Amino acid sequence: MLKRLNGPQTLGNGRGFWVCACLALLAALIYPVFADPYDVGNFAYFLIWVFMALGLCLMWGYGGMLSFGQTFFFGIGGYAYGVLSVDLGNAHGMALGNFVMAVVLAGLTAVILGYLMIYGRINGVFFGIVTLSVTLALAFFLGQTAGPEWAIGSARLNGFNGMQGMAPLSLPWFGGDIDLEETPLYYFVLVLLVCTYLALRILVNARFGNVLVAVREDSQRTELLGYDVRLYQLGGFVLGSILAAVSGVFYTAWGQFITPSSIGLPAAAMPIIWVAFAGRSDLTATLVGTFVLLLVFQTLTIYSEQAALILMGLILVLTVMFAPQGCFVGLGRIAQWRPVRRHTMRARSPEAG
Amino acid sequence: MFADLFAYFYQFADVFAFLVLSAAGLAVIFGMMGIINMAHGEFIMCGAYVTTFAYHDGLPLPLAQGCGAIAAGAIGVALEATLIRPLYSRPLDSLLVTWGLGLIATQGTLIVLGSSVAGIGTPSGGFRVGGYGFSTYRMILFAASVCVLAFIYLLFMRTRFGVHARATMQNAGMAQALGVRRNRIYALTFGVGAALAGLCGALYAPTMTLIPTMGSTFIVEAFVTVVVGGASVLLGTAPAAVALALIRTGLNGVYGQVFGQIGLLLAVVLIIRVLPQGFSGWLAKRAS
Repeated sequence: MLKRLNGPQTLGNGRGFWVCACLALLAALIYPVFADPYDVGNFAYFLIWVFMALGLCLMWGYGGMLSFGQTFFFGIGGYAYGVLSVDLGNAHGMALGNFVMAVVLAGLTAVILGYLMIYGRINGVFFGIVTLSVTLALAFFLGQTAGPEWAIGSARLNGFNGMQGMAPLSLPWFGGDIDLEETPLYYFVLVLLVCTYLALRILVNARFGNVLVAVREDSQRTELLGYDVRLYQLGGFVLGSILAAVSGVFYTAWGQFITPSSIGLPAAAMPIIWVAFAGRSDLTATLVGTFVLLLVFQTLTIYSEQAALILMGLILVLTVMFAPQGCFVGLGRIAQWRPVRRHTMRARSPEAG
Repeated sequence: MFADLFAYFYQFADVFAFLVLSAAGLAVIFGMMGIINMAHGEFIMCGAYVTTFAYHDGLPLPLAQGCGAIAAGAIGVALEATLIRPLYSRPLDSLLVTWGLGLIATQGTLIVLGSSVAGIGTPSGGFRVGGYGFSTYRMILFAASVCVLAFIYLLFMRTRFGVHARATMQNAGMAQALGVRRNRIYALTFGVGAALAGLCGALYAPTMTLIPTMGSTFIVEAFVTVVVGGASVLLGTAPAAVALALIRTGLNGVYGQVFGQIGLLLAVVLIIRVLPQGFSGWLAKRAS
């Protein structure tokens, strides 16, 4: 199975790439030793969003389904975790149970929504606007839930101000739970992110990924070759949405609050911008590009949130106009292109001579 | 009895007008060019803002509303010529570009004009039927929505521009070979769509608070009407608006506004499961 880490559907298959990746991971692992806990917490915050971007990369870049609904599932995951952790508590490993339940709930929602859309043969631009409509409606609905009648158990939804005061994630351990905040949370997110990334690499280079790419390229031909196109699309959609929910749960656990504004506009546009800019057709490009954009955005937001959002809009427009495949995929292709060319020249030279 | 019936009709007319007016511009651009204009809400916002400024500068309300629609239309033409035109072969990319532009427009308005501007105030005046009072302006909006549908019909079915536009939509290369200026048709069609969006904002400007994000109030309804209507504006939008308005009015009456919108959305998702091509696709299939 580990052979599938490298394959035609991913960039960066050589030894050089893996050495660089290991060095980057090593740097990420020892980073908390040198930085103070507050910065480590911020760093964890960036990593949290990457799950969502990887999910969108899977369904949009590999599956050709442009979903504007990443924040919809983000919100379901985040709110579900919030409600569960208030109602059930987070002690004795219950936090992880809440985590899993929230993600499963979002996954089930994705199955239902995905079934109705994909088996209804909604595609192209309609896929985008249906998912966006659902997302905006959820944000609108949650914004209306200010009154005391909007509570699930003892968890008040609190309308536009959002939920707050949930306990952080915690791991059960001998002699008391370990609260996952700042440095421990960072390690937890990092480990999960590395696992997700490697699993996705295996997945897209396996049969599932190959069929998904075939559907993107020509769904009719794939269907005529005997594949149930809709099933593969639904699988991609649900998996991508689940990753968005993971981001949502982490977000809620990280700041111990979640508001409807992290679901509606302009939040819903952000994953699209990261992935479009980074390059939707490759997981590694998405990973790196998303991280870089988040860093830029966060730095600018300190000065002016509006200006940062305008820059994001500009980045989207410029990327689509001038680098439709994304910037980081372009860089990756350039990095991969050179050695291939040298080989072919060497192979040809005796014939020419 | 009559008063009750009229009250139901009034509710229906209110929702119907909202759906038609908010969707018309989007439907024209999508139906004619296959592009979803994600900056639709921002064109609506533009129409509303221009109307309000013109009104505060002393123009009478109807003229100010005309200014709002024209301003949005002019921006639409300029946008088509610069940013949309290179992307005709990539409809998904035009979706992204217009979304980016929408984001820029909303946040830019926030920076330049602040979080809200002084509104106009709904033109007063009402009438009574039986024991109930009704607002005249809501009836004007209903009339306007019917006029917009009639305008779209006349423009695309009864004018030379309409013939050229439909020819370009069916087969752009052939239309061009026969002397239709394709780029001009596209620019004008996009402009008409943008102007209709502006008109929606202009008409609703007196009834709502003017904030830069006001467009998002309209776009869910606009999206679902276009999705349910399908590719043809003429066959799709009007029946879709009637059906959705009936659903919405019923849900509003029983469960209230919030569930009205959510129920509407659920209904839409179920409808597209049954009719993926929308009403117009279904009607076209039955006709052939």
